Amino acid sequence: MATVTLFEPQSAPAQPRLNYLTEKTGLMSWLFTTDHKRIGLLYVFSITFFFFFGGFFALLMRLHLLLPQGWLFGHETYNKLFTMHGIIMVWFFLIPSIPNTLGNFVLPMMIGAKDLAFPKLNLLSWYIFMLGGMTTLYALVRGGVDTGWTFYTPFSTSYSTSFVITAAVGILIAGFSSILTGLNFIATVHRMRAPGLTWFRLPIFIWSTYATSLILVLATPVLAITLAMIGIERIFQVGIFDPALGGDPVLFQHMFWFYSHPAVYIMVLPAMAVVSEIIPTFSRKPIFGYKAVAFSSMAIAILGFLVWGHHMFVAGESAYAAMTFSFLSYMVAIPSAIKVFNWTATMYRGSVQLDTPMLYAIGFVALFTIGGMTGLFLAALGIDVHVTDTYFVIAHFHYIMVGGTVMAFLGGVHYWWPKISGKMYPEFLAKLSALTVFLGFNLTFFPQFILGYMGMPRRYAAYPPEFQVLNVLSTAGASILGVGYVVPLIYLMWAWKYGESAPDNPWRTTGLEWKTPSPPPKHNFEETPVVTWKAYDFEAQKEELHLG
Amino acid sequence: MADPIALALREQFHSAEQQRETSTVGMWIFLITEVMLFGGLFTAFSVYRMSHPAAFDQGSADMEFWMGAVNTAVLICSSFCMAMAVHSAEKGKNGRLAFFLILTILIGLVFLGIKFTEYYLHYHDQKLPGIVFHDTSPDAAYVQMFFVFYFLMTGLHAFHMIIGEGILGAMLFRTLLGSFSERYHTPVELAGLYWHFVDTVWVFLFAIFYIPGAHMK
Ligand SMILES: [Cu+2]
Repeated sequence: MATVTLFEPQSAPAQPRLNYLTEKTGLMSWLFTTDHKRIGLLYVFSITFFFFFGGFFALLMRLHLLLPQGWLFGHETYNKLFTMHGIIMVWFFLIPSIPNTLGNFVLPMMIGAKDLAFPKLNLLSWYIFMLGGMTTLYALVRGGVDTGWTFYTPFSTSYSTSFVITAAVGILIAGFSSILTGLNFIATVHRMRAPGLTWFRLPIFIWSTYATSLILVLATPVLAITLAMIGIERIFQVGIFDPALGGDPVLFQHMFWFYSHPAVYIMVLPAMAVVSEIIPTFSRKPIFGYKAVAFSSMAIAILGFLVWGHHMFVAGESAYAAMTFSFLSYMVAIPSAIKVFNWTATMYRGSVQLDTPMLYAIGFVALFTIGGMTGLFLAALGIDVHVTDTYFVIAHFHYIMVGGTVMAFLGGVHYWWPKISGKMYPEFLAKLSALTVFLGFNLTFFPQFILGYMGMPRRYAAYPPEFQVLNVLSTAGASILGVGYVVPLIYLMWAWKYGESAPDNPWRTTGLEWKTPSPPPKHNFEETPVVTWKAYDFEAQKEELHLG
Repeated sequence: MADPIALALREQFHSAEQQRETSTVGMWIFLITEVMLFGGLFTAFSVYRMSHPAAFDQGSADMEFWMGAVNTAVLICSSFCMAMAVHSAEKGKNGRLAFFLILTILIGLVFLGIKFTEYYLHYHDQKLPGIVFHDTSPDAAYVQMFFVFYFLMTGLHAFHMIIGEGILGAMLFRTLLGSFSERYHTPVELAGLYWHFVDTVWVFLFAIFYIPGAHMK
C-alpha cells in the first residue's frame, strides 16, 4: 500500500515530504481544489479582502464624524457608507469568518477525517460565496445601497432609489454558500469521526461549530425567502410588506430578525469554539466542565431562535410578546455565562502562558463579557426603549462582533498559523499588535456606550456639538484599531515566506490536528488515528508532549 | 476491478457504507433547509390569512379547484412510481428502475402542464399581480395579496419540480449506463427523497390555496 513512505529512513536525503501546499502547484490546482485546507485558505483571502474593504468604510465614517456637522460626505453618501459597511462586514466577513476559514481547515483534522463529507460541495460553496460577493460589489460600484444592512420595509421596497435588489440578490446568493457549508459540517461531524472519537471526546471547537452549522441551515433559508419577497415586492410593486399596498412592515422585521438574531450566534459561537481550544492549551488543563460547555453551545443555538423579538420592542409588538422575548433574551445569557465561568475556571490554577493566541482569547473573554452584559441591558424593556437606535446598541454589538468574533478570529489565525503555513510568526510583534487591537478597540467603542446612553442616535451624519469629544476619541481609537489589523496582515505574509519552520505541535497540546505534520499532507493523516482519550487530556499525553 | 462500489467510493470515505450513510444525512439536512425556505412563505401567508380571512377566501374561490385536485392525485401517483423506482433499484432490477423513472418523469410533466395551464387561465382572468390584475371588490388589495402568495409559492414549487425532473433525467441516464446495482444505488434513493418532499409540499399548497374557497363557487 501507499504507506511505504512512512518507513523511509529519516536520514535519507530524499526530497522533502510533500504537503497540501506543495503536492500540486499552479493557479488551477487552487481554483479546482477539493482539499478542505486549500478551500479554507481561499476563504481566508476572500474574507480578508472584504474585511479591509468594510473596515475602510468604517474608517471613512469615523473620519466624517470628527466634526459635529460632518465634513467629508453628504448625508446620502453617509447612508450608503454605513449600509455597505454593515452588509459587507456581516455577510462577507463575520458570518463566514471563522467557520469557513479555520473551521474548514481544522474541523476534518480535529475529528481525524481525510476531508469534509462533501469536498466538491465545499468548493462550490466558495464559488457561490464569491459570486454573491461580486454581485454585492457590483451594487456598490453602481451606486450603493442606502437602506441600512437591515433592509427595513417599506423604505427598501418602495422608496429607496438605490441598488437594493442587486445587493439583496448578492446576499441571497452568499446565503446558499452558508447553507452548503453548514450542511457539510453537520454531515461531517455525524459520519466522518475517527474510530473511537465519540461525541464526548470531541474538542469543544467541534461542538460549537456543529451548533453554528445548525443555525446556518435552519435560519439562512428564512433570510433567503425574505430577501426574495423584498425583491418581488420591489420589482412588481405588489403588496407584501408595504402598508400602502396592504402589507405589514412589522412582519418583515419578524422574518428578518428570525434570521438575524441567530446570525449573531453564527458569528459568536465559532469565536467561542476557537477560544475553547486556546484557553486549555495555554493553561495546560482540560477545559473546566466539558459537558456544560458543550451543551451550552447547543443551548445557545436553540434559545437563539426564540429571542428575535427583542429587536422590535419599539416596533409595535404587543406587551405580552415583548415581555416574553425579554424573558427569553435573559435566558440565553445563561449558557453564555456558563462558558465565561468555565473558561475562567480553566485558567484558574492552570500554568497560564501568555502567548499571542492566549492574549487574544483573554481579550475575547473580557470584551465578550462586556458585550454580553450590555446585551442584558438591552433585553430589559425599560432601558431598551431609552437606548433603541442609539450608539449604545452600536457599541453593544460591536463588542460582541468585533471585540468578540474578530479577536477570536485573530487568536485562531495565530494559534493555527504554524499548522496552516508550517511557519512561526514573530512573537513580539504579534503580542504588540494584539495589545494594540485591544486598546484601539476599547477606545473606539467604549465612548459609544456613553454617547448612546446620552442619546446620540445611530445612522446620523451629524450630531450636537456636546458629543464631539467622545466622537473624536472614538475616531482616534478606530485609527489605532486599523493599525492593529494591518500589522498582523503584514507580518503573517512575511512569516509565510521567511518565518521559522514550525514544529508539528508548537504549543504542545492535545488536539488531533497537532498529531500530523505542519503543514499537513493532502489527506491530513498518514494513517487514520484511533482515539482512546478525552479531549484536552494533558495528563494522558504527558510523555508524548514532554510536559512537566 | 469494475466493481461498481469501488468505482463510486470517493476518496474521503473509508467504506461504501459510510459514504451511503453520509450522503443520506446530507440529503435530510438539505430537505430541512427546504422546509425552512417554504416555512417562511407559509408563515407569512398564514399571518395575512388570519388578518384578512374574507379576502383570502375570495381569492381561493378563484382557484381552478378541479385542476388542483387532479394535480394532487397526479403527484401522489408520481410519488408511488418513484417509490417503485427506488424499490426496483434496491432489488437491482435496472429495467424496471428505468421504466418507473420514465413514468415518474412523464407524470411530473403532466403536473407541470396542468399547472401552467392554470397560470394561463389566471392571466386570462386578469389575476396576475404586478402584470395584469383586475378586481373590483372592496378587498381588492388583499385578494391581490392572496394571488401574490399563490404565484410565489406554487411558482417556487414548480421550480422545484423542474429541478426534480432534471435530477430524475440524470438518474435515468445513469441507469441506462448501468451505474446502479443492488449494492450501489444511493443516488436513486436520494432523488426519491427529494421527489417525495416536493410532492408533500404540494399537498400543503393544495390545502391552503384551493380548499378554503372551494365551497364558494
Ligand atoms: Cu438579537
